[in-house]
Amino acid sequence: MRRRGGDDGGLELGTSAVAVLVVALVAAIGLELLHGSRLSIAKFGWSFWTGRDWDPVSGEFGALPFIWGTFYSSLLALLVAAPVGVGIAVFTTDVVPPRFRRPLAFLAELLAAVPSIVYGLWGIFVLVPVVRGLETVVSRTPLRKLPLFSGPPYGLGMLSAGLILALMVIPYVSSVSREVLQAVPVAQREAAYALGATRWEAIRAALHYGRTGILGAVFLGFGRAFGETMAVTMVIGNNPQLSASLFAPQYSMAAVIANEFSEATGDLYLHALTEIGLVLFVITLLVNAASRLLIWSVQRGPGRVSDGVPAPETIPPARAGEAA
Amino acid sequence: METATMTPSPTTPTHAVSMDARSAPASAPAADAPPLIEIGGFSFWYGPKQALFDIDLRIRERAVTAFIGPSGCGKSTLLRCLNRMNDLIDGVRVEGSVRVQGQDLYGPDVDVVDVRKRLGMVFQKSNPFPKSIFENVVYGLRLQGVKNKGVLRDACEKALRGSALWDEVKDRIEESALSLSGGQMQRLCIARALAVEPEVVLMDEPCSALDPIATAKIEELIFQLKERFTIVIVTHNMQQAARVSDETGFFMLGKLIEFDKTDVIFTRPKQKMTEDYITGRFG
Repeated sequence: MRRRGGDDGGLELGTSAVAVLVVALVAAIGLELLHGSRLSIAKFGWSFWTGRDWDPVSGEFGALPFIWGTFYSSLLALLVAAPVGVGIAVFTTDVVPPRFRRPLAFLAELLAAVPSIVYGLWGIFVLVPVVRGLETVVSRTPLRKLPLFSGPPYGLGMLSAGLILALMVIPYVSSVSREVLQAVPVAQREAAYALGATRWEAIRAALHYGRTGILGAVFLGFGRAFGETMAVTMVIGNNPQLSASLFAPQYSMAAVIANEFSEATGDLYLHALTEIGLVLFVITLLVNAASRLLIWSVQRGPGRVSDGVPAPETIPPARAGEAA
Repeated sequence: METATMTPSPTTPTHAVSMDARSAPASAPAADAPPLIEIGGFSFWYGPKQALFDIDLRIRERAVTAFIGPSGCGKSTLLRCLNRMNDLIDGVRVEGSVRVQGQDLYGPDVDVVDVRKRLGMVFQKSNPFPKSIFENVVYGLRLQGVKNKGVLRDACEKALRGSALWDEVKDRIEESALSLSGGQMQRLCIARALAVEPEVVLMDEPCSALDPIATAKIEELIFQLKERFTIVIVTHNMQQAARVSDETGFFMLGKLIEFDKTDVIFTRPKQKMTEDYITGRFG
């Protein structure tokens, strides 16, 4: 019988196989999506990406409103979730008395465990009416002249989608930011305090030390928001239009696939939906690559961790990579 | 009443400058100058555990005072009490007083932030911020709201000269502080502490992570710095204490066993325990 330990050849083989498998899976998904959307690709070519019409009856398909909706809702979500999430992280690492830290952090992370359909239902029954009320108020002010606040106050629309996404993404941003802040050496905060920093200034020093990690946390959130389907589908209004208005019912890539896949009649319709999936897949990869580049550039910024000298105990920038 | 008049009053200021507490029990015989820091009846607890027991100590201005003793003897704890860094730990408690120029640092209306500006600190492990050398040095000044670039530049140069680092880094102060060597980083941290012009520089084993050459540079620096600053240094290294300090306190299990001029401590200690420690019988 062979001993179980010491079999490093097997370890190498096994782990490389798994690593290759991951890459192969990504490639397979891409190829399958490509294959499944060949009719649509053949018919529309690149104009699919820029087409504004989505008319299954006349067989006109363009993805732009969905791409727009996905970006708009995700960015909106991040605009809310990034400060709130990082704020929660700071609160639970530096502000709250120690014995409340863990329970509070746990509660914040619990938000991530709520199924997205529950968020959707809560969105429909609680958030949307509130948003509608808010929009009604804004519609009565001169602000309605701005493109951002134009249109009738439905409640169902971009603002609701952005807010519900923000809520869903906050636990990701906060828990990763929290880990980052906890990994900042005590010596950094002490250095700041010893030079006469207030608590807020010491926190800023810690945030600066962990900035790449925090950025990674935000991108993790962005990645989550980008692919989120169910809750968004329930509150975004499902109307494929390009609108800058927060009030307008719009659509997202994930939502249109979820909504229309089962009732897609005809091969072209089906292939067009699959191509939306392909577009989502490609854009997600690109966004991730871009975020990784951004993190690198921050790491190598002026007067920062230069000359190839690794920062002692620097936060690994790994987080963003998980944001797919 | 009678006894009171008989007691030789220790408080006879030549002119009634202020009603501060400097005039308190200045009973030390032949003290050349009033001490800058007076620690009186000072005890300290981490939660239920008492770490310092009734410490009385005077620290002279523009001199180097060393705290020595075996690990866990409370020397670092005491040092960190001098700029209230221990406040950052939860559940600590103090008794007694630490007076700097008569003002009790643990008094009711003391601004902790202000205390830390007056008593700068250098840590065991150098802890530069991941910023440029320049930004590291002027960090404390920026906290104080100094924005004028010229003022900051001058202060940066002065502090770097003060920590004997200027010649090595003057051409690259915009580079990352993390590109410096270990010894340079520690001198940068000293420069950073000097830049805010503190009254006292507290050093918590500043050389323990450095090689002998870097250590020698820092010791030389300490020697120069005492012309301008009051220095309190905690060290594990007895030779270092003997080399750099004017006065030395020996601590054991949270108690100050002996405090005297450094040469006295190292040549004719009064306490058996001190002698045993410095001759290497334990510790």
